[in-house]
Amino acid sequence: MIRAILTATCAVLISVMTMSASDLPDGVKVGDVAPNFVLKGTDGKSYSLASLQDMKGAIIVFTCNHCPYSVKYEDRIIALHAKYLPLGYPVIAINPNDTVIVPEDSYDKMIERAKEKGFTFPYLIDPTQETAKAYGARRTPHVFVISKVKKNYIVQYIGAIDDEPQDAAKAEEKFVESAIDNLIAGKPVEPSFTKAIGCTIKWTKK
Amino acid sequence: MIRSLLLILALCLAPFQQMAGVPVAKLRDLEQRYANGGDTTYVVNLWATWCKPCVAELPWFEKLHRDDGALGPIKVLLVTLDAPNTIESVERFIERKGLTAEVVVLDEGKPHKWIDRVDTTWSGSIPATLLVRKNGTTRAFYEREFTYDELRTTISTFLWTTPR
Repeated sequence: MIRAILTATCAVLISVMTMSASDLPDGVKVGDVAPNFVLKGTDGKSYSLASLQDMKGAIIVFTCNHCPYSVKYEDRIIALHAKYLPLGYPVIAINPNDTVIVPEDSYDKMIERAKEKGFTFPYLIDPTQETAKAYGARRTPHVFVISKVKKNYIVQYIGAIDDEPQDAAKAEEKFVESAIDNLIAGKPVEPSFTKAIGCTIKWTKK
Repeated sequence: MIRSLLLILALCLAPFQQMAGVPVAKLRDLEQRYANGGDTTYVVNLWATWCKPCVAELPWFEKLHRDDGALGPIKVLLVTLDAPNTIESVERFIERKGLTAEVVVLDEGKPHKWIDRVDTTWSGSIPATLLVRKNGTTRAFYEREFTYDELRTTISTFLWTTPR
């Protein structure tokens, strides 16, 4: 009897303590079809994978205004777009954060930031967080490189932009760049998955 | 004369004494400490001064550190991912918040090379908390935020459900 109560108590406690990252869907893996989305950008227009038209792929970056790691990477994200848009891989930035928890990430503040930094890529808001969940985004910044294979966009790389968040000049491995360079050259993407430090996505509390 | 020389010497050394306030550590150093931990349960919180939810939950780790000891021997270790060259701002932060739990600045380079060494389930977002006991052989990892009650419940559950 006592053992049963203990077991039950433990089960409840364990369920209480695991209501976190483990409750989130795993999202996509490298090789999966990229989930579609329909999200509004800071320019007021709506974007989806169909907006890519005849682009070869895209660099989808889950990022935001407030996270210091996102801020550290802002200029590098701008540079990625400048370098790879002409090669058919534009940046699509998506802010997945709950804007009640982080008012600095509100749609209006996103518009301000996009103007301030002169973003020429779409900066989209994901108000339901469904896109972040579909991809399995966990932190900002978190990158998913996709490329068109026949009719579908396939996830080719998941992870960090490079290996040095603190200082772009000290980056030795530029993961996103080498992923796209390899895709363009028809070579395998290696590594196709990396981890990075970042800010937790601020999920809406139920 | 000697007194004034000593005073000058003390003033010269003052900045170094402050520098010694927050040590930097490699993951290897931390793992070594867990390995020699004996009965102690290490509560290792990974945080940074720039991380809002981390800062929000620091008081709970501080409270745990000052606690009654009902959970048994516990060592709270606040491991900050702030860059080692920003150590002075970390020190000012600790003073402002009145933290007495031990803080160390993690001095590891490329994150993708060491994230899995902390825990293979960690995606790399913070806050995150590692519980370690039995000389480092028993561990649990949580990539989430905690309230004080959740933190205590999680630790006691960890103690209950892992081998004695």
